[in-house]
Amino acid sequence: MSLFLQRMIEGLSNGAMYGVVAVALVIIFKATTLINFAQGGLAMFGAYMANVFAIEQGLPLIVGILLGAAVMAVVASGIERVLVRPFDPANHLPVVLITFGIAYILQAVAAWKFGTEFKSFPSPFPSGPNDHIEIAGARLRYERLGVVLVLMIMVGLVHLILNKTKIGLAFRAVSSNTESAKLVGVKTGRTLNFGWALAAMFGGVAGGLVAHFTQLDSGFMDKILIFSFAAATLGGLDSINGAVIGGLIIGLVESPVQPMVRDYVPGFHFLTSDLALLVAFLLILAVLLVKPAGLFGTTRVERV
Amino acid sequence: MSVLEVQDVRARYGQIEALHGVSLNVEDGEVVVVLGANGAGKTTTLRAICGMVATTGTVNLHGTNIVGTDTADIVRMGVAHVPQGRGTFPELSVVDNLNVGAYVRKDKEISADIDKWFEIFPRLAERRTQLAGSLSGGEQQMLAVARAMMSRPKVLLLDEPSLGLAPLIIDDLFKQFASINAELGTTMLVVEQNANLALGIASRGYVIEAGEIVLSGTAEELRNDDGVRAAYLGV
Repeated sequence: MSLFLQRMIEGLSNGAMYGVVAVALVIIFKATTLINFAQGGLAMFGAYMANVFAIEQGLPLIVGILLGAAVMAVVASGIERVLVRPFDPANHLPVVLITFGIAYILQAVAAWKFGTEFKSFPSPFPSGPNDHIEIAGARLRYERLGVVLVLMIMVGLVHLILNKTKIGLAFRAVSSNTESAKLVGVKTGRTLNFGWALAAMFGGVAGGLVAHFTQLDSGFMDKILIFSFAAATLGGLDSINGAVIGGLIIGLVESPVQPMVRDYVPGFHFLTSDLALLVAFLLILAVLLVKPAGLFGTTRVERV
Repeated sequence: MSVLEVQDVRARYGQIEALHGVSLNVEDGEVVVVLGANGAGKTTTLRAICGMVATTGTVNLHGTNIVGTDTADIVRMGVAHVPQGRGTFPELSVVDNLNVGAYVRKDKEISADIDKWFEIFPRLAERRTQLAGSLSGGEQQMLAVARAMMSRPKVLLLDEPSLGLAPLIIDDLFKQFASINAELGTTMLVVEQNANLALGIASRGYVIEAGEIVLSGTAEELRNDDGVRAAYLGV
């Protein structure tokens, strides 16, 4: 029981990290119906920037992570303006290929500037051997609980921005109907630029949280990105809450479900954690085949 | 003085020219109708005015040429456009559709205006928190009009507002257009196939065929024109 609880909180905190990155994917998808494959690279670079600000310059870690995320917001805004906006938004392939290219460029620059060896990265939450609360014999570590808390704060924040601010209203209008958004005077380019910056900020914070659990290197977000794709697909690519719930479900499938199946279901002992990625891919396939809109996504039905 | 003056406007989609030199003008406070069959260039004329299609020629708005101006800036200059197929925001609530309609405004009377349009279209008030995509066709058209009026436009462009709506609803809608024009003095350019209704609220009109204006006159003249009667009035 205590092992189950412990694995569950581990799953939830991993899921929260997938959820944050999935929210970043959803923000871009809502506005452009594009998948931004550079999201992982942006998050990775954000974590390196946090490392520069916090470890090398000695700023508090939280400040370093937020600064890193802010830098990536600026970078993403520049990418949108220079590399994405000139292309016809209705033609997805060029832009998707560009996001792929950006991902590889970011990785190459990170390896060149920051080296290829793994770096350990601290947690912004207490993470010593005794920093945990014990419930029913399970040790719930603060570094894990903290990640879930950050997820909740960030999702609350994005809802506030989208539903209570003017730029948020404009963003929802562009997402819903780009042409009509122009007709009410919304500058669509500027609004999408804001979306890219917001998404990159989310990714940057996620990067700063994930790095503690995986260590820092130029490819540490790759696997996370796959899980986040699975999360966003499962939740529905245009639903922010769906992305969060999808992330948590993927986290729980990874742990405790997968280890439980491995340990207790006869014939499934091969299902080691190395196969988690495979499970994620199978989930993406299954969702796309059975319910392409995902759990909370909207199937567009419009009266004409 | 002409609020809107379209001079020798040509518009093209890729290689295909859809308007071959269209000229028309709309005086301050006037309702002008453009009649034409499907594919004649009615929608393209409105899109050319709003900078939504590749355009050459001159479109003077209050004497300023707006060809080449960004659509969002043309809206800021006082033009509102209700596109064909409503042009609402299906994933936004009714009240948010109206809020975003006032996007270009900075005054404090936005919520008072929303209440005003809810009074004019009570069916929208009943559905204020519903998503626009779940409204009926008639309700969506009301919402599209209210949304456009939320920007307090000088000029309202209406693209086939009667399309696909039940006759009773159309009657009601055109009565609203007439009263908006009378009470707020909003200048209107309406493109329609339903000539009877459109000529009923318009003072003047144009007939467009294959991308060219072929006829113009007062509403009365057009109503009595044999060609118009045969083609658009079904008599």
